Amino acid sequence: MTETQPHAASRIDWATAESILEVVNLKKYFPVKSSGVLRRTIAQVQAVDGVSFSVPRGGSLGLVGESGCGKSTTGRLITRLYEPTAGEIRFEGKDIAALSRKEMLPLRSEIQMIFQDPYSSLNPRHTVGTIVGTPLQVHKMVPEKKVLDRVRELLEVVGLNPEHYNRYPNEFSGGQRQRIGIARALALQPKLLVADEPVSALDVSIQAQVVNLLQDVQREFNIAFLFIAHDLAVVRHFCPEVAVMYLGKIVEVADRETLYSQPHHPYTQALLSAVPDVKQAAVGGRRDRIRLEGDVPSPVNPPSGCRFRTRCWKAQDICAKQEPPLLQIGPRHKVACHFAGQRGSTGNVPITLDVLGVNSHGDPVPGATRASNLEDPGYSPAFSDLETHKRRSEKLADR
Amino acid sequence: MTSERFLSTPAQSTSDRAADIAAADNFLVVDHLSVRFPTHDGLVQAVTDLSFSVKRGETLGIVGESGSGKSVSSMAVLGLHDAKSTRLEGSIRVGGQEVVGADESTLRKLRGKEVAMIFQDPLTALHPFYSVGRQIAEAYRIHHKVSKGEARKRAIEMLDRVGIPQAKNRVDDFPHQFSGGMRQRAMIAMSLVNDPKLLIADEPTTALDVTVQAQILDLLQDLQREFNSAIIMITHDLGVIAELADEVLVMYGGRAVETGATKQILTHPEMPYTWGLLSSVPEVSADEDARLIPIPGNPPSLLNPPSGCPFNPRCTHKDKVPGDLCVTTLPELLPARVGPSHRRRCHLPDPEVIYLTEVLPEIAPDLIDPTTGEPIAALQEIAAASEAEANADSRGDQR
Repeated sequence: MTETQPHAASRIDWATAESILEVVNLKKYFPVKSSGVLRRTIAQVQAVDGVSFSVPRGGSLGLVGESGCGKSTTGRLITRLYEPTAGEIRFEGKDIAALSRKEMLPLRSEIQMIFQDPYSSLNPRHTVGTIVGTPLQVHKMVPEKKVLDRVRELLEVVGLNPEHYNRYPNEFSGGQRQRIGIARALALQPKLLVADEPVSALDVSIQAQVVNLLQDVQREFNIAFLFIAHDLAVVRHFCPEVAVMYLGKIVEVADRETLYSQPHHPYTQALLSAVPDVKQAAVGGRRDRIRLEGDVPSPVNPPSGCRFRTRCWKAQDICAKQEPPLLQIGPRHKVACHFAGQRGSTGNVPITLDVLGVNSHGDPVPGATRASNLEDPGYSPAFSDLETHKRRSEKLADR
Repeated sequence: MTSERFLSTPAQSTSDRAADIAAADNFLVVDHLSVRFPTHDGLVQAVTDLSFSVKRGETLGIVGESGSGKSVSSMAVLGLHDAKSTRLEGSIRVGGQEVVGADESTLRKLRGKEVAMIFQDPLTALHPFYSVGRQIAEAYRIHHKVSKGEARKRAIEMLDRVGIPQAKNRVDDFPHQFSGGMRQRAMIAMSLVNDPKLLIADEPTTALDVTVQAQILDLLQDLQREFNSAIIMITHDLGVIAELADEVLVMYGGRAVETGATKQILTHPEMPYTWGLLSSVPEVSADEDARLIPIPGNPPSLLNPPSGCPFNPRCTHKDKVPGDLCVTTLPELLPARVGPSHRRRCHLPDPEVIYLTEVLPEIAPDLIDPTTGEPIAALQEIAAASEAEANADSRGDQR
């Protein structure tokens, strides 16, 4: 393992890579119950409302967004800690969204999770050996007598002293505890790891240690990662592919070069412009920050059409009437905006009219139909670029 | 800096009087402050021999990891430590008023009126049982003899000032009815209600999302311009420091290890811990395949601090110092060669050379000109500007 070797995931050819996880139109609504005896459901919190994406074998997809956007719920749906309301979760081609507890059991070892808080995710009354060894016993991964040897091996992999197996979590620092959590997740040799904010509870100097460890285990064991975090810089560092969520929807997904240098969705642009950057500030020159007004709307009663329109400076009539589809506009770039374009670009004609079959006011055009492939996960080799969509949409604009 | 300087006597020489005037500008002067807590396990040396000062209209950023003493020292400014279980030494002067050893009624006059604090987590800092407006009005009535109606009017005015929409209707809301960003705004409103001359913000944006963080930082800057307050910004996020602070104080293991003008510290740091902070944090604009360089090891124990330099057990440059000076002797906080007011605590004879030749190429290769191997023009300009400023300062002193 050398310092210069590129991160494993970046060596993957995304166009041909086989996906290990495909999520199609996944939804999770939490009921809001009334008070009183009957406890009727009076509303739904639309935490995740139709997300589609794919994670290639051994690759990593980053999921970023602000609190309440549904990124953690998505992670918990994939590990089946929550029951999905609708949609498909295809793991190695098999839909696991509706599997029973019993059917799910053998798959639990293949999908593991790393949690945010290394304090509350480890049982304080169990030794490290028990914490890391229990999954091995439950899934009968190794004979009973070999469990301890395997635990020591795992502790060594994550950079802890293997002789510390009989210590308790309170004897370790935050960074070391997170390593224990990682060892526990690795115990079952998973193919997919859902890492929910794995470093955000750690001190800055410790974060880098854990990020490097995660990169090492990914390279060594060829594990696919769904990396959930709110820190845009950490996600960019870890994931060659990044999806941005806003209020239960994916608004843009792209390879990191495109997403961070040429974001096409206004929300992504605003999000990136808000990140304080040491280097830029240090050499002078203030960033041109987009000030977003107000707060994220409530997921109980989200805005009609595009969910970002209430805070968007580009919003027009159509944004309230038609929800923008997640449209592929590059080989590895999808964006959900009627007026997608780089910062500063001004288009008056929505680019989505051709796939939606509507005019620029959002009303259906007779004879035009909605494209059928708008909810497919992953990328398609056959796509039309932004200019083509624009040209085709212009023909429908005034119909 | 010695405390004698501030005790003016008629027999002072002219230069002493000039120093007096300079010191009078400093609204807050912390002088050789030590904070220690006796515990069952021994004496926790939370802050040791810390000196700094802040002028009105200026922002000081304090950076450090958890346990570096940054919050403890700011709480000491407000006299918030329990006198029975804390050993305080040194002096803290707020607008000429000594805080260390002051009685409770003096402190109460100070708190909220002269010095106000914004806490990290607004949900725990606001009382869940009282409406937001009532809590703000209460803070106002303690320092002003006004009726409840007037105080309420003032609360509405302040909520409006910090950007709460429809402040008149929201003033009777309870904290749980506000979103995270609004709660933080409400707390800022509460801390500004008495027009304090010094505002201490303890990680005010850590619990917030980046777009909300950007709003809050903008708000703080606007308010500072309006009220000419001094701000102490405590954070672990160098990006926030780069945006907001005029001066930086880097703390490690309860001590100041580097201090100076923000640009100077971020572009020409001379202390290995500051280098570590800069190299272990991924940046949104950095090379994405570059490996993070973590600071090895863990933060020091405050019960048994390491001998010599507090950073020596984790320092990767200590072999460049002759002998075992780093382990035996605590380095003084000495002026750096370049830059006004830039001081650092390190035994390295030529840290500025090591930074440019060894550290910078690793953490920011894009700031090095590939043909000449020299830092890019922008960096050199900053160095030149700092030097010119330093010269101007020394000329001013001679006059």
